[in-house]
Amino acid sequence: MTEPLLTTRRLVKRFGGLLATDSVSIDVRPGEIHALIGPNGAGKTTLVSQITGNLAPDSGAIHFAGRDITRLPTHARVQLGLARSFQITSVFREFTAIQNVAIAILAHAGHSFRFLGDVRKDRALRDPAWHGLAAVGLDQRGGVLASALSHGEQRQLEIAMALAGDPKLLLLDEPMAGMGAEESQAMIGFLRALKGKRAMLLIEHDMDAVFQLADRITVLVYGRAIASGTPEEIRANPEVRQAYLGEEVA
Amino acid sequence: MMGSLLASLRTPRGFVTVMLLLVFVVLPALTEAFDERYLLSVGTRIVIWSIAAVSLNMILGYGGLVSFGHAVFFGIGGYAVGILSASGVQSGWLQWPVAIAASALWAAIVGALSLRTRGVYFIMITLAFAQLVYYVSAGLAAYGGDDGLNISRSRFPDLIDLRDKASFYWLCLFLLCATLWFCSRFANSRFGAVLRGTKSNELRMTALGFPVFRYRLVGFVIAGAFGGLAGVLLANEGAYISPAMMSWVKSGDLIVMVVLGGMGTLFGPIYGAIAFFALEESLKPLMDLGHKGWGEYWQIVFGPMLVLVALYAKGGIDSLLGRHHD
Repeated sequence: MTEPLLTTRRLVKRFGGLLATDSVSIDVRPGEIHALIGPNGAGKTTLVSQITGNLAPDSGAIHFAGRDITRLPTHARVQLGLARSFQITSVFREFTAIQNVAIAILAHAGHSFRFLGDVRKDRALRDPAWHGLAAVGLDQRGGVLASALSHGEQRQLEIAMALAGDPKLLLLDEPMAGMGAEESQAMIGFLRALKGKRAMLLIEHDMDAVFQLADRITVLVYGRAIASGTPEEIRANPEVRQAYLGEEVA
Repeated sequence: MMGSLLASLRTPRGFVTVMLLLVFVVLPALTEAFDERYLLSVGTRIVIWSIAAVSLNMILGYGGLVSFGHAVFFGIGGYAVGILSASGVQSGWLQWPVAIAASALWAAIVGALSLRTRGVYFIMITLAFAQLVYYVSAGLAAYGGDDGLNISRSRFPDLIDLRDKASFYWLCLFLLCATLWFCSRFANSRFGAVLRGTKSNELRMTALGFPVFRYRLVGFVIAGAFGGLAGVLLANEGAYISPAMMSWVKSGDLIVMVVLGGMGTLFGPIYGAIAFFALEESLKPLMDLGHKGWGEYWQIVFGPMLVLVALYAKGGIDSLLGRHHD
């Protein structure tokens, strides 16, 4: 078995009396899509925030690419190859699509304490930025302000930005949120094409998408990981069916 | 080159910019011809305040950081010159770099602490640090305390005599142009792109892997250094330093200039500074015409004008000149 890329070991996070993350241990192996599902309030966002570094766990440890990153600030984790997309679209609205990708590339082009050169003429940014836009099928829309893109296009842009630094692991927080059926299907196709090339931790409400894409699924309920396994195992697990899936997958 | 200059004259923005430059260039000759020395002094102060406003715009306009203590750099730059001068160090070659370095250092200290906070807290902390320096300077009995201190102007032997009003004006104008040149490059550089990104969406910048704090701190230090330069000039303009240079009202005036002129635009802060001084200088006598003594309350008229700009011209004066095309 290959060494996991990301592991959390007995993560615990409390908010007052509420145990939001209850000793959660999960791992993501290189190239696999690991989906995290669970009803609203199960603690998915809290867990993800600890992995990204926006929240500090009360106890437990997070390892990424062979390093203990439990206490590392967010930006340093990203530099190690842990990229994320946001549940609520979070692009730079007053920048054009190409500028959005360019700034994402800038984050991985060494330091940016350069004060005089014109960033708009910077070929080291422009060429890979167009490449990144083309990869998500937005190359025709490069000059459009991000705020003028459709919701689906903004989600694609979001992914292009997350991919800019050539990350080892993509943390996708509901990439299909708010998308129409057609757009969702296109996104599923795109993520499937990425599968095997990079690891993904996918948080998604759309069960169709999850069962189409995931290699493994972890089910979170009340902060606890109640089950973890292949889609078939999860589908067959009586505890999961009772706690979460209900009639939906029957 | 010439063609593009002529073409830009046809846009309102290009026309106004070129006219502005023209007025700045002919001002010394005009004031000389009409024997209005006072106007040249007003012009000089407008240029110096423009440098300060442009420097504040670097963090406020491009970085979205509402620093409510930027006038402190007037004070630090000014007091560095004044204290050195009073201690017998007259050379500008020594005074000026020390003053600018002191401003940058203070900006680094204030930035390192204040940039950990956001929103109203950031505003209050920058204000508090500025007030701290204000009261310290007011307590410096050896340097005039509250009343301030007359100083002798910085000396640049064989280069320029700062006592000559016209020479000093040209120097200030040259330094304003240099500041503008730097700001135009800065705004479109990699660093500027990162700073604008942190203004637009700080969370996203962090998630992209940018150490946002470091970039903001460096921006804060650069703005402080240019603010210190403006302080050096202000002290030399009146050959006088006082705590009033850095009162919180002055910090507020600088914010007003940037917002009035257009945040995050190259020339906006200069439009703002000109409009501010022009309104002050014209509203006072106008209101005095109505009733002797009313001129003192010129801000009663100025205030509502600001409100109108905030409500109806969000981009400030710059936005009235049409869209940017780059």
